[in-house]
Amino acid sequence: MALTSPEISPPVIDSLERKNSFRSLFDIVMTVVVAVFLAIALVPLIAVIAYVIIQGGSRISLDLFTQLPPPPMVDGGGFANAIVGTLIMVGLAALISVPIGILIAIYLSEFSPPSVARAIRFATNVLNGVPSIIVGVFAYGLIVLTFKTFSALAGGIALSVLMLPIVIRTSDEALQIVPPDVRWASVGLGASDYQTVLRVVVPAALPAIVTGVTLAVARASGETAPLIFTALFTQFWPQGLLEPTPSLAVLVYNFAGVPFKNQQELAWAASLLLVLLVLITSVIARFATRRKIY
Amino acid sequence: MNPQDRPSHSVGSPKAASATPVLETRNLNIYYGSFLAVREVSMSIPNNQVTAFIGPSGCGKSTLLRCFNRLNDLIETFRVEGDLNYHGQNLYAPKVDAVDVRRRIGMVFQKPNPFPKSIYENVVYGARVNGYKGDLDELVERSLTQAALWDEVKDKLKTSGLALSGGQQQRLCIARTIAVQPEVVLMDEPCASLDPISTLKIEELMHELKQQYTIVIVTHNMQQASRVSDVTAFFNVRLTDTGKRSGYLVEHDRTENIFQNPKEESTQEYVSGRFG
Ligand SMILES: Nc1ncnc2c1ncn2[C@@H]1O[C@H](COP(=O)(O)OP(=O)(O)OP(=O)(O)O)[C@@H](O)[C@H]1O
Ligand SMILES: [Mg+2]
Repeated sequence: MALTSPEISPPVIDSLERKNSFRSLFDIVMTVVVAVFLAIALVPLIAVIAYVIIQGGSRISLDLFTQLPPPPMVDGGGFANAIVGTLIMVGLAALISVPIGILIAIYLSEFSPPSVARAIRFATNVLNGVPSIIVGVFAYGLIVLTFKTFSALAGGIALSVLMLPIVIRTSDEALQIVPPDVRWASVGLGASDYQTVLRVVVPAALPAIVTGVTLAVARASGETAPLIFTALFTQFWPQGLLEPTPSLAVLVYNFAGVPFKNQQELAWAASLLLVLLVLITSVIARFATRRKIY
Repeated sequence: MNPQDRPSHSVGSPKAASATPVLETRNLNIYYGSFLAVREVSMSIPNNQVTAFIGPSGCGKSTLLRCFNRLNDLIETFRVEGDLNYHGQNLYAPKVDAVDVRRRIGMVFQKPNPFPKSIYENVVYGARVNGYKGDLDELVERSLTQAALWDEVKDKLKTSGLALSGGQQQRLCIARTIAVQPEVVLMDEPCASLDPISTLKIEELMHELKQQYTIVIVTHNMQQASRVSDVTAFFNVRLTDTGKRSGYLVEHDRTENIFQNPKEESTQEYVSGRFG
């Protein structure tokens, strides 16, 4: 504007001002619209958390974490066995899917020819989209029928199949974000390919990989469908890897539908615990990404 | 732009300047897939001197430089024809271990690219991957001192290399490269992203380093080439029969000759800034 000549500058400034006020009005309208949609998006989240806290909060006590579920018509009790069962199966699933997933991601991002990488990435996306109940049926056919028993092993394997694509995808993305320059620098200093990957690329991607793993764990711990087919449920402590094993998710599924008030309350308390677990893992994931390097 | 302050003694071929060339190419053709990026380069890099590569963008300076330590091996489509000898030994012979080549011929890149590790770990990285047995603390102090960075960072060796300024990062990258004690240091526009003061520091550094190392530097800065180099090679691009552009070596001589008394017209035009 400073460059326009004096004769024509007043009208130009005038029209600019009018446009500006229109634009600022538009800004205000859009801000309001966006705020409304944000609120709409947040309502379900807040409603779910609030509802679960209201319903399950009153039941939170130490007993939940130390006692077994009571038989119908008996008061008190807890679901310590389901917590232990969930930990066992999610732990088993992580033990299987995290190393395999990270190795596949390293292969994809660092070593595979582009055509192979494209095929594997596509397969990973397909696996990610498979409904969890199908994964349950698959583990049922593969493990439960083979060992002729519902088991923590079958549950863990089913969950690992669900976690695997998440671990692969997030790790793959994390590795690809590491700039090629630092790989060149490492190779230029006489490092071999695997030294470059292990000493430079993976450490640089680690915070983002941790985030992916945490999200996968959060997803797996809430899954019910695959466990109904594979681990089933018991009222007792987990007996071993090849025995039916209780879990929080299946406990919610079983207890929410029965006509006993105590069981219903336990189901709500277990739901609250699961929601908290997801919240906490998300916070951990956020924290890990805050420390990210690239 | 002719640097008048430069003594114009020893007019002669670069070979005459130094008895044994460290690196020598003969009819070197460099391809990316079917694209001939650099054609028929025959030149030698003299020992303990600074050789500058100058020329317009895309003429293949970086491409040629990366051949010298086989870094182009990382590019899938890359292929080379002709001879590239390092002390008389063909670098692209099948038996040659590229990892070993890169330890002896180090590289500093255009953009500072320290590892996301501490300053200390950056410097000792090459030593660690090569199984160095000596005293790492001493190696760090020696390398950082040589790279004129020690005084600025000696109290914060544990902080991340990424937390340094651009000029400090580039000197860290130089320290990291010379910590491996290579014989040759290749520098691809090492000052391109630096301020004049950091540039000056790195140029002074090159004068120091050439006592011990053979240096090849790519630069777009004519004053820099005339200030730091003993020998200059001018590259240009031309259209091939198939309409592709490929780079070639126009002229290679003592730096003062290239700048004051070039044999080729295009060299004269390029160094005086009247190019294209
Ligand atoms: N990885 C690659 N794959 C295919 N072609 C490449 C690759 N790298 C460079 N080229 C091509 O090779 C030619 C020479 O490139 P190079 O980067 O060596 O030029 P340069 O002289 O270093 O240019 P600048 O001064 O801009 O850095 C260019 O035509 C470029 O497009
Ligand atoms: Mg270049």
